[in-house]
Amino acid sequence: MLTLVPRPESSKRMMYLSPIFALSATIFCGLVIFSIMSFDFATFTFTSNPFDPLVNFFYTPLTGRSGLTNLAMKATPLVLIAIGLAMCYRANVWNIGAEGQYTVGALAGTGVALAFYGVDSWLLLPAMFIAGALGGLIWAAIPALLRTRFNASELLVSLMLVYVATQLLFFLVYGPWKDPDGFAFPESRVFHTAARIPQLFEGSRLNLGTPIALLAVIGGWLLMGRSLIGFQIKVLGAAPNAARFAGFSEKKVIWLTLLVSGTLAGIAGLIEVAGTIHQLVPVISPGYGFTAIIVAFLGRLNPVGILLAGLLIALSFLGGETVQIENGLPKAAGSLFQGMLLFFLLASDVMLNYRIAWKRHRPAPRKIAQ
Amino acid sequence: MKRILQSTFAAIAFVAISATGFTGSAEAQPLKVGFVYVGPQNDNGWSQQHDLGRLAVEERFGDAVETSFVELVPEGPDAERVIRQLAESGHELIFTTSFGFMNPTLKVAEDFPDVKFEHATGFKRADNVSTYSGRFYEGRPILGTIAGMMTESNVIGYIGSFPIPEVIRGINAFTIAMRRVNPEAEVRVIWVNSWIDAAKDAQAAETLLDQGADVIVQHVDSPAPLLAAAERGAISFGQTVDNSSFAPDSVATSLIDNWEPYYIERVQAVLDGTWVSTDTWNGLNSSMQQMGPYASWLPADVLAAVQALEADLTSGAVHAFDGPIKDQSGTVVAAAGETIEDGVLLGMNYYVEGVLGNVPQ
Repeated sequence: MLTLVPRPESSKRMMYLSPIFALSATIFCGLVIFSIMSFDFATFTFTSNPFDPLVNFFYTPLTGRSGLTNLAMKATPLVLIAIGLAMCYRANVWNIGAEGQYTVGALAGTGVALAFYGVDSWLLLPAMFIAGALGGLIWAAIPALLRTRFNASELLVSLMLVYVATQLLFFLVYGPWKDPDGFAFPESRVFHTAARIPQLFEGSRLNLGTPIALLAVIGGWLLMGRSLIGFQIKVLGAAPNAARFAGFSEKKVIWLTLLVSGTLAGIAGLIEVAGTIHQLVPVISPGYGFTAIIVAFLGRLNPVGILLAGLLIALSFLGGETVQIENGLPKAAGSLFQGMLLFFLLASDVMLNYRIAWKRHRPAPRKIAQ
Repeated sequence: MKRILQSTFAAIAFVAISATGFTGSAEAQPLKVGFVYVGPQNDNGWSQQHDLGRLAVEERFGDAVETSFVELVPEGPDAERVIRQLAESGHELIFTTSFGFMNPTLKVAEDFPDVKFEHATGFKRADNVSTYSGRFYEGRPILGTIAGMMTESNVIGYIGSFPIPEVIRGINAFTIAMRRVNPEAEVRVIWVNSWIDAAKDAQAAETLLDQGADVIVQHVDSPAPLLAAAERGAISFGQTVDNSSFAPDSVATSLIDNWEPYYIERVQAVLDGTWVSTDTWNGLNSSMQQMGPYASWLPADVLAAVQALEADLTSGAVHAFDGPIKDQSGTVVAAAGETIEDGVLLGMNYYVEGVLGNVPQ
């Protein structure tokens, strides 16, 4: 029977090659599926080119007037959130409530924008950024406090707070923050120009959020790779007893990782409302906070890996839309691709650390009747 | 080498020119029509009705049109990108079929002045953005009349999606008609804060049935309340599509949205070059709101009453918001002989007399 035998050492080269293997396997399987779908068995011909959906999934989204912009904008919140989450996970701090921290960050920023509606000052946008960051930070501080004070599971607390944040959003958008001229529909006023994150170039939707995400990648890399606290985080995650023995403060690390990841998620939320949506609506996230967990692990909790993983996941969303438009495939086709991609990536991860061995099943020695 | 390069360039130039020549001829190119759905294409509800409209367009115009759609588009940051992608990929007419797509549609429309947009259920328009919606409240007096005449407990359960004017209008139109045939009956509302969530809808129906309701009205898309009502022998009504097959003994009739004629009309207008930005709000007099078949078990007097009412609502002889109407505090909001105007209806955010509880603020 097949068993997995741990490799004594995983190959460095294979670690970098494995995503390419995964991508190739996904493309190959996709091609097989599309060939079967477009093959007419009655006439033994292809009714459409099976390469078409592949090209439309992986390549077409990058072309066109706003292809790269779309990719960058979709990846920005994912990368921003995942950078913070990776720090938490490195320290074995399980913050899975980034969605809530994102939401509260967006709410706090919106609060400032609406309180100073119509005020034309350059100070407004920095104030919104600070509010967004604080919102995310406060929402992450709750699980940090409960964990360090009462040893409550930060995993559960942060997750539960996602639902609290969503209800808070509903309350505000259906109630006090409803647009007074909006026929009682659940939407806030559209932010005035001073409260919108400016576009980087004329005619492109790309805004300041993307450079901020890149800064976070660099910051995360410096912090984790080049600082004492980064070292402490890694040691605490890998060997908690050794960390305690070395005198590293577990509480300090819990607080720090949660606060940093909450702040980044809050900023991501602010960037989405002030840079992309320009108002508060009942749905401000297609699950960025949860998708970012996948991005963090796909990027191997490494900032540069997260950047690439964020771009790949973003592309898979855009590709899913493109094959719907161009090939009339259902949304499930896009999800299928995402699923295959993740499956093969995880599979090659397993193969990186284990090898398959054929172990012969040895029957237990039979007792000889006496 | 130089010659090879030259001839290559010449060949590329030739292909490029002939390619643009092809795109230039209007007849060879079908009109590309795009649709954006908030739910799955086959949700047995809101998005499916829009998709039926898309299919009707394909059937009517054949090779003259090419339609595409994107399903399950969340009403958040993604919407603008999807709409923009449709515009960039050569779609000349784009239907965005959920309220939350309003501002994204307007933003994209600003950047694509030559593309025509049609936004369902919104209120913001532009030179290249039309709005259209059904008067979904118009069929509700029929449901209210059935409920008022059939109830024995005088408790009516109403499952609302979101407390927006459209749903509140429906509750009020229902209640006004119900109280005219049965002044004792009262409406209890549960808000589930979603458009389609079978688990929440079923739970809300159970709660209302436990409170003694023997009629369940829904303004949510899942068939779960029908099944819950059928199990307890209560009356229910189909929403958006004819749902009577789910619970034939419980469903008295259904409110159906039918977008097919409107979509055909608008595509025709683009093909003819006569498309202009309009605001359409049609009800029973068009197909945007249709009544499903009436259940065979309805008593003859009830059937006669609702058929007469349907005819009057369709002809305009009766309006769902004809006075006298009182709000919950007993203040007259429309005297006898008056009708509440569209402008007020569009922003309606209060309950009329006969509804229990308060509108969530």
